[in-house]
Amino acid sequence: MEFAIALLKTVIFVVVVFGVTLLHVAYATYFERKVIGRMQGRLGPIEVGYRGLLQPFADMVKSLFKEDIIPSDADRTLFFIAPIIVVASVMTSLAVIPFFNNGAIADLNIGVLFIFAMASLAVYGIIIAGWSSNSKYSFIGGIRSAAQVISYEIAMGISLAGVFLMAGSLNLNDIVLAQREQPLGMYAVLQAIGFVVFVISAFAETNRTPFDLPEAETELVAGYLTEYSGFRYALFFLAEYISMYIMASMITLCYLGGWALPGFLVRLVPILELVPGIVWFLIKVYAFMFFYFWVRATLPRYRFDQLMAIGWKILIPVSIINIVITAGVKRWLMG
Amino acid sequence: MLPEIFFGYFACAILGLALLTVTRRNLVHSVLWMLLLFLHIACLYLFLNAEFLAVIQVIVYAGAILVLFLFLVMLLNLREEHEARRFVCAWQGRIATCLLLLMVVAVSLYKATVQPTGGYTIDFINRIGHTKVLGTVLFNQYILPFLMTALVLFVPMVAAIVLAMKEKKR
Amino acid sequence: MVPLSWYLMLAAGLFVIGMFTFLIRRNVIMMLISLELMLNAVNIMLIAASHYMQDIRGQILAFFVMAGAAAGVAVGLALLIAAFRNKENANMDEFTLLKG
Repeated sequence: MEFAIALLKTVIFVVVVFGVTLLHVAYATYFERKVIGRMQGRLGPIEVGYRGLLQPFADMVKSLFKEDIIPSDADRTLFFIAPIIVVASVMTSLAVIPFFNNGAIADLNIGVLFIFAMASLAVYGIIIAGWSSNSKYSFIGGIRSAAQVISYEIAMGISLAGVFLMAGSLNLNDIVLAQREQPLGMYAVLQAIGFVVFVISAFAETNRTPFDLPEAETELVAGYLTEYSGFRYALFFLAEYISMYIMASMITLCYLGGWALPGFLVRLVPILELVPGIVWFLIKVYAFMFFYFWVRATLPRYRFDQLMAIGWKILIPVSIINIVITAGVKRWLMG
Repeated sequence: MLPEIFFGYFACAILGLALLTVTRRNLVHSVLWMLLLFLHIACLYLFLNAEFLAVIQVIVYAGAILVLFLFLVMLLNLREEHEARRFVCAWQGRIATCLLLLMVVAVSLYKATVQPTGGYTIDFINRIGHTKVLGTVLFNQYILPFLMTALVLFVPMVAAIVLAMKEKKR
Repeated sequence: MVPLSWYLMLAAGLFVIGMFTFLIRRNVIMMLISLELMLNAVNIMLIAASHYMQDIRGQILAFFVMAGAAAGVAVGLALLIAAFRNKENANMDEFTLLKG
């Protein structure tokens, strides 16, 4: 009987997280266009609804009603399952993110590695999408995008090892709790090098500017997404934005203090304890999403060989130096 | 009852996926069935309370090695050509060897039981955390094999780059 | 609790499937795939035995096997590129240039 109640609670939690995430993704597209528009001196969407707030629904209706084209010589099975692989693996990562204290759907002891594993699986969707479209542009775009993602996964993992060293655990909740007594309640202050490396890798992992050559419109039409139309394209888009949210959540949890406030602030103003943790979590995630949009509006994109050179020749050595320094300090200065 | 059902599903799925992997003509399909196989093996490791190894299985095998396979198959456009007739073909001996090995192993392992000898009970591992237990033993007792593994991983990395590099035409 | 022999038989079955493929299909990629199947079978056996014997050393060895397998596949695929650069198919039995 208790099992049934626990199961029901988990199912409701899952449905709520799923629904809220989809809404967030829809409005992330809207806010991206608004923010980038404002930064470029123009208004974003303003037509649909009050100040354009119903724009995401218009986009969704448009993508649902588009004709579903499948290239003639494409491998049909692979063409079908490629968007599913990307969306499924990225959405599974949502299960281990703690939105408030002990508030993850699945409190895994290896939570961070699980997100890492799901990010590794998302590469398959990209490669299969590029291959099964039976088109040269898609294939090159898919291979480039996959090579970029797997190259920057390494720098991401190594820079996270610094956080693990300091927190002593792979559990995302424990990592947040361990940050309370750090200066400013964040590991970003002490692990500044790792923070910068992780942020750059997060941009590359989600194929966002300045690393979005594989899907840039001026370079490869739309890269591996060229042959996809209608709802399948919307699924890839959905996967990209959820992936951005996952990366933003990882950064807030591992480097910016997650759902917790710094220790000194809570002691100073005790009334802030009453605010539920999820509010601080969402504020930090939104701040980082704004940073994503800001960078897209500002920076030009890297050429592919420059991109790979940054990933392998700059970020990996820097993150290794970060681990060595962190481990050395922890061993000899902090006992 | 439930553990047996779960194990039964995973065992049948693993063997079935392995058979599907090795019988496909199209190499890309073969690699993708192998991806499913590795995910099932990772779930099997979760059954055995080895959560760290399950995630490492997904990250290393499914996330890195298979991506390497897929890149190779796609970039070199390797197709399964029909094979030329060999002069001497000894496939009967190969099948016989494999079946003999299967019978020997199956008969000898059919009634295998072990006595628990070490101190790493399930409760101990669950209390401390599988990652921490592995890390403690790995870095304290087996540090030398660990450093040698670092070399074993480094040398093929350089070797792969050197082997696959195109010769510069003079 | 599932008896240990079931895990061992599963691992044996997987190993024999891998070995069978290695001997029958002579395409280089299929041989590397079958090599991976065999290594995974050994891993399953090691981790299952370590779980039932309550000894952690099986899992340590499985960890090293995973690292070694990754290295082996990397070198194997690099050799594939180097050796079959100018051939049209990657059949191991046609690689007979050094035959006396």
